[in-house]
Amino acid sequence: MTQQGVRWTADQVLALAPDSTSRKAGSGLGTAGPWSGTGSSREGAVWGLCEGGGGLPYRTVVDTADAAGPAYRCSCPSRKFPCKHALGLLLLWSGGEGSMPAGQAPDWAEEWIAGRRRAQEKREAGPTGSATGPADPEGARRRAERRAERITSGATELEERLADLLRSGLASAEQSGYGLWEETAARMVDAQAPGLAARVRELGSIPASGPGWPVRLLEECALLHLLDQGWLHRERLPDALAATVRARVGLPSSAVGPPVRDQWLVLAQYDTPDPKLTTRRIWLHGTTSGRTALLLSYGAAGRAPELSLPVGLALDAELSAHAGTGQQRMSLGEQFAPPVPTGIRPPGVTPTEATARYGDTLRRDPWQVSVPVTLDAVVPTPADGSWQLADAEGDTALPLTRLAASRPGLWRLVALSGGAPLRVFGECGHRGFTPLTAWPTGAGEAVRLC
Amino acid sequence: MNAHPSRLPTPAWEDLVTAALLGTDRRTPPGAAPGRSAPAALLDAAAAETVRRRAGLRPGPAAPLLEPAPEDPRPKLPVAAARRLAFLLADRPGTGTGGRRGTAPDLMELLPQWLTAVNTRGFAAPAESLPALLDAARGRTDLRAAALEFAGPRALWLARLNPDWRFALRATPGGGASLPGPDERRRVETLWQEGLFAERVALLAAIRFRAPDAARELLAATWSTERAEDRLMFLDSLRTGLSARDEPFLEQALADRSRNVRATAAELLSALPGSALAARMAVRAGTCVAVDHTADTPTLVVEAPHECDAAMERDGVSAKAPPGRGERSWWFGQLVEAAPLAAWQARLGGRTPQEIVALPVADDWLSELHAAWCRAAVRQRDADWSRALLGAPSSPGAGGPGAVSLAERAKLLGTLPVAERADWVAGFIAAHGLSEAFQLLGVCAVPWAGPLGRSVVDALNIARDAGSYPWSFSGVMGLAERCLDPAEATRLDALLAVPDEPEDASPGAGGYWAEAFQRLGRTLRLRAVMAQELEVP
Repeated sequence: MTQQGVRWTADQVLALAPDSTSRKAGSGLGTAGPWSGTGSSREGAVWGLCEGGGGLPYRTVVDTADAAGPAYRCSCPSRKFPCKHALGLLLLWSGGEGSMPAGQAPDWAEEWIAGRRRAQEKREAGPTGSATGPADPEGARRRAERRAERITSGATELEERLADLLRSGLASAEQSGYGLWEETAARMVDAQAPGLAARVRELGSIPASGPGWPVRLLEECALLHLLDQGWLHRERLPDALAATVRARVGLPSSAVGPPVRDQWLVLAQYDTPDPKLTTRRIWLHGTTSGRTALLLSYGAAGRAPELSLPVGLALDAELSAHAGTGQQRMSLGEQFAPPVPTGIRPPGVTPTEATARYGDTLRRDPWQVSVPVTLDAVVPTPADGSWQLADAEGDTALPLTRLAASRPGLWRLVALSGGAPLRVFGECGHRGFTPLTAWPTGAGEAVRLC
Repeated sequence: MNAHPSRLPTPAWEDLVTAALLGTDRRTPPGAAPGRSAPAALLDAAAAETVRRRAGLRPGPAAPLLEPAPEDPRPKLPVAAARRLAFLLADRPGTGTGGRRGTAPDLMELLPQWLTAVNTRGFAAPAESLPALLDAARGRTDLRAAALEFAGPRALWLARLNPDWRFALRATPGGGASLPGPDERRRVETLWQEGLFAERVALLAAIRFRAPDAARELLAATWSTERAEDRLMFLDSLRTGLSARDEPFLEQALADRSRNVRATAAELLSALPGSALAARMAVRAGTCVAVDHTADTPTLVVEAPHECDAAMERDGVSAKAPPGRGERSWWFGQLVEAAPLAAWQARLGGRTPQEIVALPVADDWLSELHAAWCRAAVRQRDADWSRALLGAPSSPGAGGPGAVSLAERAKLLGTLPVAERADWVAGFIAAHGLSEAFQLLGVCAVPWAGPLGRSVVDALNIARDAGSYPWSFSGVMGLAERCLDPAEATRLDALLAVPDEPEDASPGAGGYWAEAFQRLGRTLRLRAVMAQELEVP
């Protein structure tokens, strides 16, 4: 593999930016101008000195070859992560512009790179060392038991709360307002059931969500009730469904499946920011196994999640599935080579097959809101004041979700199509379809829509 | 998607919703199992029904598909250039810090040039970049024409779907896909008769651009029924492709009810040196200027008109002088401005423009007369007269308050061939420095010719050595970033270091100059890379 072959596109680099200000600042530094002493190694490290505000230039180094996405180090005082210098350096590298000679890293960069490699080897060697399990298995068991008891009391309380609501009628929910639900959500947090807490919070927002809210409120109350009941009777459920219930309630799940090695194509990456926590979702498609996988990564306030895999790359890696049914969540295991750009596209289905796939998933996980689907040969089409993806061959169509129809990505999709069919990856569920990535008819790179 | 009760009636679900809304205290839910409390039974049933409904979702019927976007036959933009475009568009205005500019190139300032370059080479914009291009064109009217040309037919197709981009349908020069061509008679006729004013202006401009006579005939057909302000606007579109064949129509417009229309018609006619109006003006102006041979050297004497008669007014001379101007000199200026320049050579003893301009002028009429000749030279695009009026770039009057102002010089330069223009401005900068050169640099072709670029860099270097601050020259510096030939970047290498500060220099100026030159060098290198990226391998 040549060095040029592993370079990313500018779009892929800019996807790493924690916010739009960093995107802009990083773009400004993506030219040979402010840089000196730049270079890159065959192993995927990139380094350079960037003139900053004062005397000494900032030392920036990025390791692009890590399995968990690029790692950054910069001597600048920015709290943004990655900082604009790291972005600028990667842009410079991605463009192949100016001087980015292959070579030996200077001492200051080499030290950090070597340190990372050592830590990585240690991590890889780790599992054998930690195979003995937690130091105090008895203590861990007791803690887990206590937590289960608290969740049980939380779920029981929630059941009473839902019964009260149904007894007096949903119409009363419109008046009772958001505060009551907030309080209940806080009690679910106390009960260490973040999954329940999130659902309760969502209930609170439904009465203000516009026409048809009573139906949506009933649906969500019923599904929450179903989850409570699933938890309270979990020992009578099949193992896989019980694992799904545990994950939905909010217990941490771990990768238990056997590692699946494949060329994983990065289909989409997007963040859901929250004041306290940014959740990053990365959808992967195994080009040999045909599996679709979801990687989750989190970043504390103001920091981008560390795992970053730009759309359009493929990585040779092992993934392990989490316990549970109907879920695609997997964890990234060993990575055998740095991610490389690829022209491979995932195979697509028709709108009818997409809804069937969603329905099928619900049998195993009734709480699923949407499933990842690639649609082939669909045309973005205006309909009823919104947009739909119409089957170019047949006469059926999937409506876009309200959120998707209001995002700027919609117009990238429409422009890319020009009225012609294209291939679109996205999430398909009961609210409609949310397009995330599209490929034009004929040749062309994947285009991010989110 | 369709699984809603209206399509697939599910009475059970309706009943559940009703019971839930009213509350189980008031309404017993249907089908409650014995032994369960009413609310729990209702939730059980609703959960089963919700999952059933969701699992049964089917795609809905497809709406009629859009008419596909027209083909864009232009070659695709090279990959590196497409990435560059994403950068340039990501660097939006309004997000900058506003403070010192630092050493990084200002990408937004390079976008206009980049657009010109891709348009010259005839590349098609990548489809996914069209929304960002349209947004940029919407925010910056100075970019609009170039951005829309690059965006091409698919952008107009897109603009019809998004009200935010409607401006693109109006603003596209030459009509693009939305306006009919001159040969589509029926569509032209309909749009001209029934279109909105803006559409009609765009239509007329588009047709004038390709078939000047057809546009004039279209206008003539409805001329008498148009409103005065509309007539003025339509008449203005005849500036494009103006020729002697327009004379009869313009001559007729001289009798228009509206004074503004008359004035515009007269101005257009005077730009046609062969027109009857030009000849009439030549006679009038000629009677006002004569050579006085009784003086030691031949001298021009001016006798300004004593009245502005009806015939003069009909030919577009404005009778009422602005406040502070003498009436007679006001009329005189208008006559000279509208008279064909060629007539002066015959009138003034066969002298060349140089010889005429060199003649002394009696009684302080010099600046009045020369200013009017300048306006005439610009209007008639006469390079010989422009050259004569500009004089030598090194002459003392060129830099100071001479007979001809810098603004007029800039306009005169516009009539000269590109190379000559650059040479003149280079000579001007060499003699007078940079402080007055900004306007003149603005009319030079980009990238600047070698001698011009060198004189600018030399002058900046001199300004630095003189110890002033670079922001006194920020206008020229900004122009240099956009206009210097990237090949000149190496000439800047010697200027990048922070110099020792001379004693009388402004504090810290050396550092700021180094920074400014670094940015200049970087911008030039970036421009070179950007140009390379457009070369098809």
